[in-house]
Amino acid sequence: MLKNFVMPDFYPAAPEIFLLAMACVILLVDVFLGRSQRWITPALTIITLIGCALITYLTMDGQVVLTFNNMFVDDLLADFLKLMVYLAVIFVVVYSRGYLVARQLDKGEYYLLVLFATLGMMVMISASHFLTLYLGLELMSLSLYALVAIDRNSVRATEAAMKYFILGSLASGLLLYGMSMVYGATGTLEIGGVAQALHLGVANKTVLVFGLVFVVSGIAFKLGAVPFHMWVPDVYHGAPTPITLLIASAPKLAAFAMAMRLLVYGLFELAEHWQSMLMIMAVLSIALGNLAAIAQTNIKRMLAYSAIAHMGFMLLALMSGVVGPDRHYALNAYSSAMYYAVAYVIMSLASFGMVLLLSRAGYEAEHLEDFKGLNQRSPWFAAVMMVTMLSMAGVPFFVGFFAKFSVLIAAVDAGYVAIAVFAVMFSLIGAFYYLRVIKLMYFDAPVDTAPIVANLDMRFLLSLNGIAIALFGLFPNTLMSLCTYALLRSL
Amino acid sequence: MSSYLLSLAIWVPILGALMVFAAGPNKNLARWTALLVAMAGFVVTLPLYLGFDMTEAGMQFVEQRAWIPRFNIEYLLGVDGISMLFLLLNSFITIIVVIAGWQVIEDKVAQYLGAFLIMSGLMNGIFSALDAVLFYVFFEASLIPMYIIIGVWGGHNRVYAAFKFFLYTLLGSLLMLIALIYLFLSSGGSFNLLEWHQLRIDMTPQILIFLAFLVAFAVKVPMWPVHTWLPDAHVEAPTGGSVVLAAIMLKLGAYGFLRFSLPIAPDASQYLAPMMIALSLIAVVYIGFVALVQTDMKKLIAYSSISHMGFVTLGFFIFNQIGVEGALVQMISHGFISAAMFLCVGVMYDRMHSRNIADYGGVVNTMPKFAAFFMLFAMANAGLPATSGFVGEFMVILGAIKFNFWVGFAAATTLILGAAYTLWMYKRVIFGEVANSHVAELADINSREFLFLALLAFCVLAMGIYPYPFTEVMHASVDNLLKHVAVSKL
Repeated sequence: MLKNFVMPDFYPAAPEIFLLAMACVILLVDVFLGRSQRWITPALTIITLIGCALITYLTMDGQVVLTFNNMFVDDLLADFLKLMVYLAVIFVVVYSRGYLVARQLDKGEYYLLVLFATLGMMVMISASHFLTLYLGLELMSLSLYALVAIDRNSVRATEAAMKYFILGSLASGLLLYGMSMVYGATGTLEIGGVAQALHLGVANKTVLVFGLVFVVSGIAFKLGAVPFHMWVPDVYHGAPTPITLLIASAPKLAAFAMAMRLLVYGLFELAEHWQSMLMIMAVLSIALGNLAAIAQTNIKRMLAYSAIAHMGFMLLALMSGVVGPDRHYALNAYSSAMYYAVAYVIMSLASFGMVLLLSRAGYEAEHLEDFKGLNQRSPWFAAVMMVTMLSMAGVPFFVGFFAKFSVLIAAVDAGYVAIAVFAVMFSLIGAFYYLRVIKLMYFDAPVDTAPIVANLDMRFLLSLNGIAIALFGLFPNTLMSLCTYALLRSL
Repeated sequence: MSSYLLSLAIWVPILGALMVFAAGPNKNLARWTALLVAMAGFVVTLPLYLGFDMTEAGMQFVEQRAWIPRFNIEYLLGVDGISMLFLLLNSFITIIVVIAGWQVIEDKVAQYLGAFLIMSGLMNGIFSALDAVLFYVFFEASLIPMYIIIGVWGGHNRVYAAFKFFLYTLLGSLLMLIALIYLFLSSGGSFNLLEWHQLRIDMTPQILIFLAFLVAFAVKVPMWPVHTWLPDAHVEAPTGGSVVLAAIMLKLGAYGFLRFSLPIAPDASQYLAPMMIALSLIAVVYIGFVALVQTDMKKLIAYSSISHMGFVTLGFFIFNQIGVEGALVQMISHGFISAAMFLCVGVMYDRMHSRNIADYGGVVNTMPKFAAFFMLFAMANAGLPATSGFVGEFMVILGAIKFNFWVGFAAATTLILGAAYTLWMYKRVIFGEVANSHVAELADINSREFLFLALLAFCVLAMGIYPYPFTEVMHASVDNLLKHVAVSKL
């Protein structure tokens, strides 16, 4: 019976296997921990992530390796994005701890769910088969749904979780339906195989484009692009802030990877079709995100709309790939999209990190007013927040400027000058609400004069986060070239 | 070839600002550190003038390093006869600003002084950047400290003014960014300004590029009709902010015309010159009348700045040597005079907490030394011969008459209007009977105020009596620029 069984090569999936094993260990260890030993779980979580990072880094060889019957791929793109995901999740865990302890939410489940969500993202990033991709996506999403509802006494969080779950399931359904259409037209679920079939031109175009619509909708939902953005403000607002922080950071990288794997690796031959769909979504996201953010008084909601606008910018880069004889022609556009995603994650971490820093036991600092007079309370962290806001607004010398800059170069290069002008005009409108945060911190007198209490590790990482935004802005080349190189070796 | 002077001029003030922040809690330490840093910043710009080769039209003190090889962006610095003087002016004004804020600012002293030092470094960067992205990055980053300065230490309506300032300027620069990207792509992947100067571009794109630059620079100059942010920003900014805004920031826009618009799009510049001249004349004449009716001293000087900057843009777009040089002289002279005027208003405001002309009268009786200084600067603002204000205006009028008599004639009305609004204000504030008990209690300027007013008075007079050291450095570069503009790039 096992005659045809070939032992797959586990080596490329070593980080995933390690993480899964460690998650099981943590699950067991956590049961035996007393109240005074609660710190062990987060410590183990961070050690696990660092271990994953080491494994990923040490096994990185720049080759494209397929394993598990071509269902799983390990290339530089995957390695780079995974490293960024680990880093983001480590920041999330450190930022969240104080908040969770103060609300007695620091249970083992939180850390486990975070780890499983991370595993889901890793599988998504490395997927080279529709099924793997879907499995990763569901593992990530289900963990996140549960995380949103982790504070079961909060009505708002429960409502947000329900909304997230129902809309998320709908999106997964759409994606799955689209995949089945593509399967029907090409006869394969392997991403490489789909590309092959399309290239040979044997597939039925009508069915493919029909399926493509659903695939793109699924991706847009996960990215939170208009018109699939409805869940974003409610979930960002309703979820406990550490969960918002998680949703707003690493999953964006996974969603980017999903878009790359499906659209660029799989359906590149249909580029002209999906590019026009992305164009509509990019334009709408940039416009709606920036306009709606102005009206918000809750900073989590404001950042949610800003996330929509940022994803619009990322889509702008994705749609600007030049359709040529092979994918390398579009390298510039895709690497700027990736750079944008990475830059956004760095900024997003800092912004929600600041919200967490200002929250105390029994007090949620989630209104814009809570930032009033921060400069008087803590000049250093006011500066960190200012740097983050300016970076998000796209003002130099910060990483956000160069992210927007490279996206604009890609867009103008592809001939979309009018859309580029449109995008910068809306970032001008966007600058207003970022500036308003700075205004509250610097120009206004503080309402709340309580000293800022936070653990040393959080203070340190948040400062590092702010400095990184400035340093990647002063020396943008490293990160930019890394993105380009990773893509170049993986396309 | 390799020189670090320009890098020093940029980074000494910026890194020094970090030291000032570190000295934060101790106010006096912060003040002295800031003064030291500002002086060091000035000292490192001096060799730029002393070692400048007057016969060389091209770039000097060039520094070239790769910055973002991914997009072929370089850390490329250099100055020519057009830009060099502005680095000195900027660093000099920074010292004045630090001294002027010495006792006046008591709240968050270190942040105040640090913001000015950072801005000084950034503006040196704008004047010396020869890579378009480097220029843009400095250009936009300089908005941040000014936004903070207006918003934190400004007057009553400071939030409105700070937002208006930031968003207005950002609007212009974002369109410029698209133009820069377009030029990058059409030049085959280069952001080097000197290469762009040689680039051939068709007429339609040239006009579009010119217009994109125009929006960015016209807002900054500011030209009529996009000038409305300036009176607000000036009125609300603290004295130091107004000084830097008028003396240096306004010059960035005018400098942009010389470095970007004219050499990159010469045909469009020629083609659209009538429009530019018309806008400049409107600024000179119409804004002159607007200044006449102001009741707020700072607002009056702000409008007078717009009117004077109209002269500068006029000088550029009549395309003759004397006009362009006159405009450059006018820019530097206006840097001294407007700084001095705002400082004078500041001196009175610190004592009376009012900028209303109607609240004053007879100040000469209680502040005779101050009245003498103010008189000198008011005369210079009106363009009296033997002050620096005269030289630039005279040269531009001369150039304008050469170009077209009626343009010169319209420009010359500024001599009447300028005298009218400045001297009328001076008369109402300084002369006459002591208006009220507050004026009667005024104390004359102290030695600190005497120091910065005397320094500026010296500059205004020296430049008015012997402008040669200022004009000789620009001859070669201006000549070269005009020759370049005369050649079509179609």
